[in-house]
Amino acid sequence: MTVDMFAMQAFTGLSIFTILMLMALGLAIVFGLMGVINMAHGELMAMGAYTSYGTALFFQKFMPSLMDAYVFVGIVLAFIVTSVFGFLLERGLIRFLYRRPLDTLLATWGLSLILQQVFRQFIDAKEVEVPTVSWLKGAWQVTEGIALPLSRLFIIVLAIVTAAVVYMILFRTRAGLRIRAVTQNRVMAGAAGIDTARVDALSFAFGCGLAGIAGSSFTMLASTGPTTGQQYIVDTFIVVVFGGVESLLGTISSAFLIGQMQSWFEFGLGGSMARASILALVIAVLYFRPNGLFAAKVRR
Amino acid sequence: MQTHIESSSPARAAVANVGRSRGFLERWSFAILAVLLLAALPLSLDVFRLGLAAKFLSLGFCAVGIVLIWGYGGILSLGQGVFFGLGSYMMAMFLKLESTGADSSAQALSSFFGSSLPDFMVWNSIEALPWWWEPFHHVWFTLPAIVLLPALLAFVLAYANFRKRVGGVYFSIITLALSAILSIVIIGQQGVTGGVNGINDFRTFLGVNLDEDRVKIAMYFVTCVLLLACVAVGRFLLRSRLGKVLVAIRDREDRVRFSGYDPALFKAFVFAVAAIFSSIGGALFTMQVGLASPSLVGIVPSVEMVIYAAVGGRLSLVGAVYGAVLVGAAKTFFSENFVEYWMYFIGVLFVVVVMFLPDGLAGLIARVRARRSKAPTPATAPLATATGVAK
Amino acid sequence: MSELILAVEDLTVSFDGFKAVDGLNFYVEKDELRVVIGPNGAGKTTLLDMICGKTKPTAGTIKFKYRDLAEMIEFQITRLGVGRKFQNPSVYEDLTVFENLEISYPQRRGLLGSLLFRRDDALLDKIDEVAGLIFLDEVLRHKAGQLSHGQKQWLEIGMLLMQDPELLLLDEPVAGMSAREREQTAQLLNGISKGRSIVVIEHDMAFVKLIAHKVTVLHQGKLLAEGSMDEVQADERVREVYLGH
Repeated sequence: MTVDMFAMQAFTGLSIFTILMLMALGLAIVFGLMGVINMAHGELMAMGAYTSYGTALFFQKFMPSLMDAYVFVGIVLAFIVTSVFGFLLERGLIRFLYRRPLDTLLATWGLSLILQQVFRQFIDAKEVEVPTVSWLKGAWQVTEGIALPLSRLFIIVLAIVTAAVVYMILFRTRAGLRIRAVTQNRVMAGAAGIDTARVDALSFAFGCGLAGIAGSSFTMLASTGPTTGQQYIVDTFIVVVFGGVESLLGTISSAFLIGQMQSWFEFGLGGSMARASILALVIAVLYFRPNGLFAAKVRR
Repeated sequence: MQTHIESSSPARAAVANVGRSRGFLERWSFAILAVLLLAALPLSLDVFRLGLAAKFLSLGFCAVGIVLIWGYGGILSLGQGVFFGLGSYMMAMFLKLESTGADSSAQALSSFFGSSLPDFMVWNSIEALPWWWEPFHHVWFTLPAIVLLPALLAFVLAYANFRKRVGGVYFSIITLALSAILSIVIIGQQGVTGGVNGINDFRTFLGVNLDEDRVKIAMYFVTCVLLLACVAVGRFLLRSRLGKVLVAIRDREDRVRFSGYDPALFKAFVFAVAAIFSSIGGALFTMQVGLASPSLVGIVPSVEMVIYAAVGGRLSLVGAVYGAVLVGAAKTFFSENFVEYWMYFIGVLFVVVVMFLPDGLAGLIARVRARRSKAPTPATAPLATATGVAK
Repeated sequence: MSELILAVEDLTVSFDGFKAVDGLNFYVEKDELRVVIGPNGAGKTTLLDMICGKTKPTAGTIKFKYRDLAEMIEFQITRLGVGRKFQNPSVYEDLTVFENLEISYPQRRGLLGSLLFRRDDALLDKIDEVAGLIFLDEVLRHKAGQLSHGQKQWLEIGMLLMQDPELLLLDEPVAGMSAREREQTAQLLNGISKGRSIVVIEHDMAFVKLIAHKVTVLHQGKLLAEGSMDEVQADERVREVYLGH
């Protein structure tokens, strides 16, 4: 294997990593911090992707001159749409099920089926693709053998920025402090004057919004279909569990590891067997590290 | 009125006449189900509809197992499709080999290739039968394997995880990953598994033609009897001390350890029992539907099986059978009339059952009865404890 | 000196560097009723957790009847004859009082055994005996979830008695009880301490006086003082720790 191939393979892993990480960041908040099993998280990602798609169509039709800027509008809109949906979802359904995690799993699974059918019926039963904007076309030719597609580079930057923002919000702002306080000790946080119900709804909405951003960036890599979300949901949960549910950094590292593994295993085994063996490997690792790879030792 | 013995021994008084408070439907639920399955349905349905019923009942095996592990054990498995699939595929492999051996065109091919291979292997230019197919030439291997292999896999997987205190939603996610793995492998290894198309096109079991009406009706009865047997086994388990311990584990696993039990062992055992049920259901499904397909193995069918149990009532073994048949019938109804609304229906069903009918139809019946007899409602299990809390 | 049933030596456990119990030596004799007191965070509950296997020690040994408990897990320790009552009453709320006691009966606790388990006269007699002791013989058919807080505490003690343990570990058995219930509990403990050893954690000094033969005072994971109630109360360091709070 040449250095060039090695670099390209690693870069492919990096792209898989970015999508997994963006998906998993949202889930790390919803599942890791809040303990809510949202099986519709994948459909929220698809919702974000479709929002981007809709934005692209809108720009194409009404403002073709500004087409180059639609990407950013799409990302912002995807975040807004999915987080508003997430907020309503929390108020309308999730909050009644906080003490019943397994039931939450089933109810949100039902929701995911409904959303898939909505996508199929009202958007398109087939996969849709967004037009690539001019400045993301082409690739950065690093050396003769290494060409990095600009769209993928853009997503990597986007993922890093998003992760940094999430980190800042959670650990450097009062809002983040409240979220962490409520998730760590609900009763005490309530006693300290925090409106826990509001914090729940907003953190859930925030997590869903991140899924929207993941979906929006997903459109730059692949086409989106009604079952796109379902294809990613298991992998996303596995990423969060593998990283250790209570650690944001763990989630990121685990997304990185799994992304790289996917890329390298695919090289040797082909796509589907790579996925299967990674899942099996993660199950095996979880047996030895039940709290995830990067979990801190906590006194219980 | 208390007898002399009862008043001198509160313990004996406490165990006397337990069950007196149960209603007619609850007391006779098993007999009613038996009459419905063995008499009412066969008398009222034609062979085609009876075949459909048998198909739903095959899935009912999974639902009965789910009641055991989820309702009473607090373990939500999203991997019952795996065990269903194992049973289904093992049976399909046996049937396929039998029909390959009997088929004249397959024999012609085999003389050409040097060995008799199932047709899909020939199409995928596989040249020799994989070693793990070989034992499925024999019925004496296949039938025990259908029971033992899934049980072994389930027990090892569950015991390892439960011993390490991996439970609750984590275990659910692991079972979910398992479903994903098996369906990915089946689809990916088309040459030896039949891939997306599954394994199909076989007609005989030990020389008996499965397509004949007589045989179909007989298979229906075999399915019913085995299903009733599974329900009976489940009842026996729940009424034994093991059943009490299981509920105790669901509600307070820590305490059970300090009562001197090994919760991991109990949970893994019940998980293995549920796996056996699913696998038997899968084998019967394949025999009657004539197909082993990855579409019944993956995540979607595995989660769907949970809703069968939830509709019937997660605490009711008998209810699980009704749940499987009702949801199955609804699915057929929708696919025959307006396919596009099936997903809405099943999606809404998940939400509604979880939110408003956590104990399913069985819970509904109990509630109606309590209201009618105007007796104070018996304190039902608080849901938070009945579903197992994550941490 | 009579025979030791429990010998804890150099016991240390640390959580992320914080030593909850630090080089502790602790001995309990046969038939002894020992009370452990100490301010919050002294390591009392952690000590019991390590004896019964809930928490694994970082260093040191725990010997029960000369067998090392450190390598065993909870149910094995329980089967050896150690019974543990938790701070918050921990009973099976979905089962009846009768079933709570029945499930604690120390026979046929294996997989096959529990499948074949049948109620016999020995079990019913034992339940009668224990139910009487813990004042719950009238409510055997009630679900445990319907009991009052104090009754749940008793039920949990009753469940331990069903196990016939040689060593009972009780964490705050009278918390949340009325004065009358406390008195009854003291009676109960004094009654059952014959033929077995009991370690009680308690905050309520009046209650401690009712039951204590010998008191151990812990402070910041270490042994501060040990002796009769009077000796301990006279101890300068003990007074300082308690008054300092």
